[in-house]
Amino acid sequence: MLRLASARTGGLVALAAIVAALPLFFPNNFYYDVAIKTALNAIVCIGLNLLIGYAGQISLGHAGFFALGGYASAILTARYGWPGLLAMLAGAVGVGLLAFAIARPVLRLRGHYLAMATLGLGIIVAIIINREIAITGGPDGMTVPRLWVGGWRVSGAVAWYWVAAGALLLAVWLSLNLIDSTLGRALRALHGSEIAAQTAGIDTTRYKVLVFVISAVFASLAGSLFAHAEGYVTPIEAGFLRSIEFVTMVVLGGMASTFGAVAGAAILTALPQLLTVFQDYKHLVLGAILIGVMIFMPNGLVPSVALSLRRLRPPVPAS
Amino acid sequence: MTKSAAVRHAELGTASVAEFLQFLFSGITVGAIYALVGVGFAIIYSASNVINFAQGEFVMLGGMATMFLLSGGEPLWLAALLAIVITAAIGLALNKFAVEPAAHRRGGGASVVTLIIITIGASIFIRGAAEVLLGKDSHRLPAFSGDQPIDIFGAKLDPQVLWVLGALALAVVGLRWFFARTRLGKAMLATSCNRLAAELVGIDVRMILLASFGLSAALGALAGILTAPITLTRYDIGIMLGLKGFCAAILGGLGSPFGAVAGGLLLGIAEAMAAGYLSSAYKDVVAFVIILAVLFLAPGGLFGAKATERV
Amino acid sequence: MIARLSRRALLGSAIAAGAAMIAAPAMAQNIKIGAFLAVTGPASFLGDPEAKTLKLYAEKINSAGGVLGRKIEVIVYDSAGDAKQATTFAKRLIEDDKVDVIVGGSTTGETMAVVPLIDEARIPFISLAGASVIVEPVKKWVFKMPHSDRMAVEKAYIDMKKRNLSGVAIIGGSGGFDQSCRKEAQALAPKYGMKVVADETYAPTDTDMTTQLTKIKNTAGVQAIFGCGFGSVTSITARNYKQLGMSTPFYFNHGVGSQQFIDGAGGGAEGVRVPVAALLVAEQLPAGDPQKKAALDYGAAYKTAYKEPISTFGGHAYDGLQIALDAIKRAGSTDKAKVRDAIEQTKNHVGVDGTYNMTPADHMGLTLESFKLVEIRNNTWKLLE
Repeated sequence: MLRLASARTGGLVALAAIVAALPLFFPNNFYYDVAIKTALNAIVCIGLNLLIGYAGQISLGHAGFFALGGYASAILTARYGWPGLLAMLAGAVGVGLLAFAIARPVLRLRGHYLAMATLGLGIIVAIIINREIAITGGPDGMTVPRLWVGGWRVSGAVAWYWVAAGALLLAVWLSLNLIDSTLGRALRALHGSEIAAQTAGIDTTRYKVLVFVISAVFASLAGSLFAHAEGYVTPIEAGFLRSIEFVTMVVLGGMASTFGAVAGAAILTALPQLLTVFQDYKHLVLGAILIGVMIFMPNGLVPSVALSLRRLRPPVPAS
Repeated sequence: MTKSAAVRHAELGTASVAEFLQFLFSGITVGAIYALVGVGFAIIYSASNVINFAQGEFVMLGGMATMFLLSGGEPLWLAALLAIVITAAIGLALNKFAVEPAAHRRGGGASVVTLIIITIGASIFIRGAAEVLLGKDSHRLPAFSGDQPIDIFGAKLDPQVLWVLGALALAVVGLRWFFARTRLGKAMLATSCNRLAAELVGIDVRMILLASFGLSAALGALAGILTAPITLTRYDIGIMLGLKGFCAAILGGLGSPFGAVAGGLLLGIAEAMAAGYLSSAYKDVVAFVIILAVLFLAPGGLFGAKATERV
Repeated sequence: MIARLSRRALLGSAIAAGAAMIAAPAMAQNIKIGAFLAVTGPASFLGDPEAKTLKLYAEKINSAGGVLGRKIEVIVYDSAGDAKQATTFAKRLIEDDKVDVIVGGSTTGETMAVVPLIDEARIPFISLAGASVIVEPVKKWVFKMPHSDRMAVEKAYIDMKKRNLSGVAIIGGSGGFDQSCRKEAQALAPKYGMKVVADETYAPTDTDMTTQLTKIKNTAGVQAIFGCGFGSVTSITARNYKQLGMSTPFYFNHGVGSQQFIDGAGGGAEGVRVPVAALLVAEQLPAGDPQKKAALDYGAAYKTAYKEPISTFGGHAYDGLQIALDAIKRAGSTDKAKVRDAIEQTKNHVGVDGTYNMTPADHMGLTLESFKLVEIRNNTWKLLE
């Protein structure tokens, strides 16, 4: 257990080092932009991974929470003049309460029925954002003012990179700690067999609700940061395809692996940029890559790579 | 906006029956399409517990391939038949080369979520291939029996809808016969109930999976061909049809083709009634609220088996 | 095709390898035109002909010796009509490819999402999207090519007035283009003595519009219907209209300006009136019409190269490219501020969409005269004026 924990700390340190060193390889601001989007997607995926990978509950509606966070920030700062951080906090609290309110009836459902319910909730959010033009700007979206932290106006790709990177490291650290806490152990028990976990005296519903709320809040905060970083937000962020994209990132990177979620987000955010090389064939290639990875690494990239590395290494006596 | 429904009805008393019928027909038109797509989801789910997110692409392929063959000079019936065969072959290939290698890996098969991502990858791949090979334009197949609508009490029904409903009825009867009377059908049912037990009694589970993909791809293609005169067809129409078909299958209770039919019709009629009597801008919200309400009250869908969880 | 692909692949890998290679002196000589377009996705019928047009004319202009003695290089990215991808690609065009001008943004959503970037980067941007909001209020660096949705509404209302129709029903989708058109239709009604008596909405992915049309049919006082939208939904709407046996005069906005609309409607588009750019009816224009020659030339070139019917959308890209290059010629350099000023000073530029006269207060530069009202007869466009 102790070794496991230290390995995780090592992972966090390694991630921090990568994040710190990356800008050295960035020739211009465009790379920062992709990195910022990666970090913010990764935060959503880290939260979603707690739900999918650890609690074994799927959600096809997290883009709804992401967009709600983004629009809360956009609307409260642009239309009501709230300070950015307060708006972000209000969005997170609002989304948390919403998630809490719907969690119980939703999480009673299992498997694909749960997928359907979360998908429906996400789509409802998307439709409402699309229709309430007076408040949200409708399908064309709305401009979001710059974020002020104290007296500092966060603007420019470099500044945003450090903000997003800091938020990402914080999210990873939180996630690793959650996994090692009572909550994490309860969740793993629940993933194995919910009834067995109940028999062992774990209040499974409470934990499921808790992790659902946590993952929704992660998504909301990432959405708020995204809205400010882009300076613009559209209802596409709430869409069904965006939700699918988040889940795909989690599964591709590796379920039940926080770093897997980060890797999945990084790959699927950067891939469309690399695939422009293939012009008309880019969707074909993207589909083939997804299928290929899932066939040959059914547990996702990070766990599969970690496993084969362990196999390569000579066995270490257990400490 | 407009006058309230009540005022309008007072003015147009006799028209309101025709109006209601027209909304109903509109609902049936759309619902029958959802239902036919939903049945495909249900078949694969029955056999493998996998939600095939590429089901919508089968529907697209049916319509697009028929269009392509038609423009190559084939008669409609032959083009349609070939399109169904081609799509079924693609369904078999999807199973053989993407789903099966993952599901039957040495050292434990992939989880259901992994299989879902594979089908998502497949849908992107198929859509990408169609985009390159068949182009990005939207096309319309000619209606099978003309565009002249049928007048019923002042409401108009697209004759093409009768083709869709007929196919739906045939599919339901055919599937019922298939599951109750044929060896393959019974084996499929057995596999869906308990896979291990099915294997133990000598059922070739791989074969069953393969057959389920072929069958649902063929049905999807048929749906695509029959509905193309109504919905038009395009390389990316599968996203929307897949989503609505999935909703239909879930609403009816997964794994039950008959449930999917009921679910699809219910969904279509709910959308049309919401658009007609409440607000066309919020009709999809109404449809999803109904789905959520049904799921909260009956967590296994309308006609889903009350499954007991294995411990 | 293969040759083009491999050339693009080479270029792409150069981009991936880093800006150092791109900054090589030989490449820096090129005039770089960047574009992000909805080449795939629901708005691909806009982005696809736009991308094809840009590539076609880049080759033509280069084989004729380029501009200012420099070759032009067109870099197109597919945004799929998605605002998030559009901003990423816009950033890539500005920061990584270091383009001189951006021509692109097939949809209003994409265009508006990149406006903050454009302002920050101070780069001339010519949008190919329709909504008036793009250039109203005027944004220093942003221009747009197509006639606005407001003009489409005005054109239709003027014709309705001529026919003594005053009660209008709006039917449109929930997408950005549709909503913007709807807003204009609502706002302009009083000015033209119109009264909006019904307003129905559908989702862009809907497959049956009979419910909405039935409501319109049963609403008292509807004398004309105005459709806001684009894509296959509009075909379905026209088909449903015919199936319901409706005869109320039916107008659509300029989003339906392609043969696909007519073909998809299965005869339902007969009699529908649409304000379109002159390009679609080039053959029917009177000999003295300023757009006639430009439109015929463009149409012939496009049809020869791609063996498919022209749409008005490719025409927007043609005009955008020509105006950008014309401004670069007049500015004598690719200095961004000078090019921007030159675009703003565009006078009497004869394009396929119309004759452009930009001013500091008008970043579109078109008038209603170059917008033509057509009626669909025998499955083709018939010029009414």
